[in-house]
Amino acid sequence: MVTNLVTIAEQVGAPRIVAGRGIQYPSGDPNLSPQAEHEWRRRLVKRALAAVATHVDKPTIFTVDAEEDADA
Amino acid sequence: MRLVHYVNQFYAGLGGEDAADLGPRVLAGATGPGRLLQQLLGADHQIVATVVCGDNYAASDPSVSAELLGMARAEGAELLIAGPAFGSGRYGLVCARLVAAAQAAGLPAVASMHPDNPGIGEAGAAPVVAAGAVARQMRPTLERLAAAVAKLATGAPLTAADGRVGAAARIGRLVEDRAAKRAVELVVARLAGDRDATEVPVGGFDVVVPAAPVDKAAAAAVALVTEGAVVPFGNPDRLESARATRWLRYPIEGLDGLASGTWESVAGGFATTHANADPNRLLPLDATRELEREGAIGRLHGEFFSTVGNGTTVATAKRFGVEWAAALRKAGVQAAILTAT
Repeated sequence: MVTNLVTIAEQVGAPRIVAGRGIQYPSGDPNLSPQAEHEWRRRLVKRALAAVATHVDKPTIFTVDAEEDADA
Repeated sequence: MRLVHYVNQFYAGLGGEDAADLGPRVLAGATGPGRLLQQLLGADHQIVATVVCGDNYAASDPSVSAELLGMARAEGAELLIAGPAFGSGRYGLVCARLVAAAQAAGLPAVASMHPDNPGIGEAGAAPVVAAGAVARQMRPTLERLAAAVAKLATGAPLTAADGRVGAAARIGRLVEDRAAKRAVELVVARLAGDRDATEVPVGGFDVVVPAAPVDKAAAAAVALVTEGAVVPFGNPDRLESARATRWLRYPIEGLDGLASGTWESVAGGFATTHANADPNRLLPLDATRELEREGAIGRLHGEFFSTVGNGTTVATAKRFGVEWAAALRKAGVQAAILTAT
C-alpha cells in the first residue's frame, strides 16, 4: 500500500506500507519539477516492488530515502 | 468549566478542500458546530475558544497535535472537545491524536467520530463518543457529545452507556462475584444468543496476515489498484465520490501513463487538483510501465481497479478487498500496488 497516511495504514494492519509525500498524491509530488517528480515516482514504485518481495510479519514501513537519488 | 473546541477548516467556515492546508489558528468563542454544542451544554460550561486547523496540515504530521494542544492550553482549557469528525478520515485522525495528547498531558478531553472512522485507533485510551456517519446526523451527535462533556466535567469516566467507542481504558474496580462465576454467566449469555457481552472488548480491525513475498519482482505479474477514485474523464460509469458501493476496472493495455483530461479522480474527500493535473500521482502507471519495459517486473496486469475510499464503510472495503484479491489471483497476478489517499 502506497499512502501518506502511514499511521492509519499501520493501525489497520496493512502489511507492507510505502510512504508517499501527500494525502492527495500518494504517487506524486507536485512540489518537484516534472522531471524530478517522475524520477521520484520511479523510486517509489521500485520501493513498492522491493516491499512485495520482502518477508514481513507485521505492518512494515518502507520509505523512499534520499540515498536512492542516484539510483533513479 | 472552560472548554476549548477543535474543529477542522471546513466546520470553522474557513473553506473546503481549497483551505485544507491551512495552519493552526484560534477563534474566539464557539464556531460552527460549537454554537449548537454550546446551546446544548447550557450555562455551566463555556466554549471559550475554537482551535482550527486545515485537515491536510494537521493530519500530515503527528507533531501538530502538540501544537494544537498548546494553543488550547493557552486559552485556559479545562476540558478539550474535538469534532465531531463523523466518518472523515483526516479529521478523525487529528481529533483522535489531539485527545490522546491532551489526556497524556493531564487535560480531560473527548472526541466525537463514527466508530468506523479510520483515525479512531489513535485516540488510544482517551475517550471517543460515537458520532453518526455523516454530518446530516449533527444534532443527535452533538446531543450525545454534550452529555458526555457534562459527565466528563464531573470527573466521571465515560462508558459504553455514554456512547463511548474505540479502545476503552482499563479501570480497576471492585466487583461482587469472582471471575469463575462471571465467566460462566458470560458463557450462558452467549449460549442465549448474546454475542456482545464481554468484560474485555477487543473490537477494532481484524488481523490481516501478510501474504508471502513474491520470489522475484522481476518475474511477477503486478497490478495497480487504487481507492483514489481514478476513472475515465467524465466518470462514464458514475463511480460514487463518497461511500462507495462498488468498484470498477479499466483496461490499460498499451497505455504509457494516465493523461490529464483523459483520466480524473472523482474522490470527494480531498482536493483533486494535483491528481487531475497528472493522474499518475494517484496511480503510477507511467513509472510502472517504464519499469516493466526495463524488466523490473514480469508484466503489468492489463487493467487497474478503482474505487473511492472516502467514507466507505469497513465492511464494504473488506468485501472489495476480497473481490480484488480473487480477481487478481484468477488473472495470475502475484502482487498489487494499492495507492491510498
